[in-house]
Amino acid sequence: MANLRINGAARTVAADDDIPLLWVLREQLQMTGTKYGCGIAQCGACTVHIDGRAARACVTPAAVLQGREVVTIEGVSGDVARAVQETWRRLDVAQCGYCQSGQIMSAIALLSEIRRPSDADIDAAMTGNVCRCATYVRIRAAIHEAATTLGA
Amino acid sequence: MFTRRRFLETTALAGAALVVGVRFDSRPAAAVEGLAPDAFVRIAPDNTVTIISKHIELGQGSYSGVATILAEELDADWSQIRVESAPSDAARYGNRLLGGAQVTGGSTAMADSWSQMRRAGATARAMLVEAAAREWSIPASEITVDRGVVSHAPSGRRATFGELASKAAAIAPPAQVTLKDPKDFKLVGKQPPRVDSRAKTDGSAQYTMDFAVPGMLTALIARPPRFGATVKSFDATAARRVKGVTHVVPVPAGVAVVAESFWAARKGREALRVAWDESRAEKRGTDELYAAYRVLAGRPATRARREGDADGALRGAARVLEAVYEFPYLAHAPMEPLDAVIRVGADGCDLWAGSQAPTIDQQVVAQIVGVPANTVRVHTLLGGGSFGRRATPNGDVAGEAASIAKAIGGDRAVKLVWTREDDIQGGRYRPLYVHRLRGGLDAAGNIVGWEHRIVGQSIASGTPFESAMVKDGVDRTSVEGAANLPYAIANIAVDLHTTRIGVPVLWWRSVGSTHTAYSTETFLDELAHAVGRDPVDLRRALLAKHPRHLAALNLAADRAGWGQTLPSGRARGVAVHESFNSVVAQVVEVSRRPDGLPKVERVVCAVDCGTAINPDVVRAQMEGGIGYGLAAALWNEVTLVRGRVQQRNFDTYRPLRIGEMPAVEVHIVPSGAAPTGVGEPGVPPIAPAVANAFFQLTGQRVRRLPFARLAAAGTRTS
Ligand code: FES
Ligand code: FES
Repeated sequence: MANLRINGAARTVAADDDIPLLWVLREQLQMTGTKYGCGIAQCGACTVHIDGRAARACVTPAAVLQGREVVTIEGVSGDVARAVQETWRRLDVAQCGYCQSGQIMSAIALLSEIRRPSDADIDAAMTGNVCRCATYVRIRAAIHEAATTLGA
Repeated sequence: MFTRRRFLETTALAGAALVVGVRFDSRPAAAVEGLAPDAFVRIAPDNTVTIISKHIELGQGSYSGVATILAEELDADWSQIRVESAPSDAARYGNRLLGGAQVTGGSTAMADSWSQMRRAGATARAMLVEAAAREWSIPASEITVDRGVVSHAPSGRRATFGELASKAAAIAPPAQVTLKDPKDFKLVGKQPPRVDSRAKTDGSAQYTMDFAVPGMLTALIARPPRFGATVKSFDATAARRVKGVTHVVPVPAGVAVVAESFWAARKGREALRVAWDESRAEKRGTDELYAAYRVLAGRPATRARREGDADGALRGAARVLEAVYEFPYLAHAPMEPLDAVIRVGADGCDLWAGSQAPTIDQQVVAQIVGVPANTVRVHTLLGGGSFGRRATPNGDVAGEAASIAKAIGGDRAVKLVWTREDDIQGGRYRPLYVHRLRGGLDAAGNIVGWEHRIVGQSIASGTPFESAMVKDGVDRTSVEGAANLPYAIANIAVDLHTTRIGVPVLWWRSVGSTHTAYSTETFLDELAHAVGRDPVDLRRALLAKHPRHLAALNLAADRAGWGQTLPSGRARGVAVHESFNSVVAQVVEVSRRPDGLPKVERVVCAVDCGTAINPDVVRAQMEGGIGYGLAAALWNEVTLVRGRVQQRNFDTYRPLRIGEMPAVEVHIVPSGAAPTGVGEPGVPPIAPAVANAFFQLTGQRVRRLPFARLAAAGTRTS
């Protein structure tokens, strides 16, 4: 058993057997917004925030997260999150949508750190997030637009 | 047992005032009051309009498209629209363009829905208007409807749809309805936002991977290392010791490890020992297949098209160009790996899946479980991408889930998950093909003969689609895009060698056009270059009888500034191709990456898809098709060595990443024709357009895909 803080709440989960955070979230806590896409840190579908930074839940053992702050797409909040999610809707970024929780979590982490990201900043921060529907044109546009909305 | 089907029939008999909610669980849905004139729309007293989509939402925007068409004729307000997926019932929800089976595919969702959804919307509208007319004792002709409000201007009376719904339910649906004049459209051709964007941005959108019912188990299958191998024996001792593993059972696809959680199933599968019987397995590698196919490409084959005398024209030509192309096996790799949830109960069987073909799944599950098909309820959930993979002629994933449920017995639900490795290594690929093209030029530089030979596996052969898709020994999916070459060339021969290889194959976003567009559009470019013609000019000259091609080509060329000088280090290329009754032209600008591969900087895309129901969805599909096609063209191939797939996951089957996505501009050719496909047609032109630009830039012709093989082979070209 491990005591985690997820979306601001204390949760006790079964974290034996090197189980990754991804499956704890999805199967023990029914937080299915965080997705499985590859399991080997190659696609970013499982992106969450750990202490405010984007991390891949599929390769992060839940047991090492005692005392760390985990935020998922279900719990993300604040100005930056709101701006990102609203812009994503305004531009209809999502196609199948399966990658988009991860994209949004990475975009929020980026904009929290760099208020006016350049294209190169976006490439660097988002390169780990695969979209097989190739919504990248809109992801880039949405990040720029969200940055403008935030008025940094 | 009071089944859901029975419930539907009963409530239908009870009259239109009672309608049934389509739900994702198997309990009989609660009846609600309101108007439900047919299977496609339900208007509730709370003023919501629920549209029932028979086409699955895989990202291609079908829910939004279907809703736009129906809401247009209904004159609903976009904010009151909800969309649900249709239950499995081919009688009501069959695709009229695909033989009446309930199938989403072939980029037909809008074409199939256009007249049907317009009629459904107009019918409901007429009933609401009639209800208001009776209520207010005025002639129906004086009533107007706008954004969900029914009004009578002279008396100032108004009512919402919700207020009228129950009264309208008492009115018989009219036999005839008048559809709108397209000039009065308020939603079609405009930009209503997608209906699924909210759920897809807050984590609440539910895919099969996310679906769960109490007590559900999770299963993975240990699959053979070579296609066609079967289980000889297995030792489950260690697997069963893994905490959470509940069953280890042989199934036709391999050995299923069933557990209380995904992680336990994965651990269990790792611990499992399986001995395989590989006596009938496919043991050739892709290098051997290419070699064998190249030999076949030099031999006469089954004719797919004959115009004039290509053979004679080539013999008499002043100059003959020849090129041989190689196309690899490709995995679809949708973002959501394959999955299905099944529960076999006393009252029938429930399958939850993001499947493109509920009718096939229903039959496959029924056969395996041994129950009548009409007791199998398929609940269609959102699909996390598909690109063709979730539409198999044998309902492979549903069938595997059913075989596991049957093997373990009992009535606990089971979720079958394919890991990403299972997906990349598990087959059902776009087939590997070799093409040989020969083109004859006369002394004046005219193309006088065109011979195109294609070698590869048939997708339809051995499936229920064979009789419809294979004619005179030619699978039309193998030659589409080649056999209907639009160019005005007097002598054309297109031939096909169909091979039999033990690697399972499947349609992959844009099917035959994934390879035929490449060989035809790059070879035409070679001919243009050989005679010193501008590639756009030559196409224009040869497309005089194809106004849609011409319009798309001209639009893309104009907007791209074709002919204008580019900065050094950049070059342009063009391709135009028709697929799924839509025509797409793309002009690309490329530069060179440090590793020698092309970097695509900009794509200008023009599309004629008839009426663009949701122009922004059309744009999105072109953007997505370009990115999907580009990843494959640059990097993707599934290779086999002695029958073993060499790629495993996204580390070795490389997806396109954000920094590699070009800027994309999409222009839609104005059209009042009925809508045609958009999900697939964006894919075919990108690879040949890039190849043509790459030749302009480097002088190199790329005839083996993916481009990454260039780096592997140095600068070698065919
Ligand atoms: S599932 Fe974690 S990066 Fe792909
Ligand atoms: S929207 Fe489908 S994978 Fe990104």
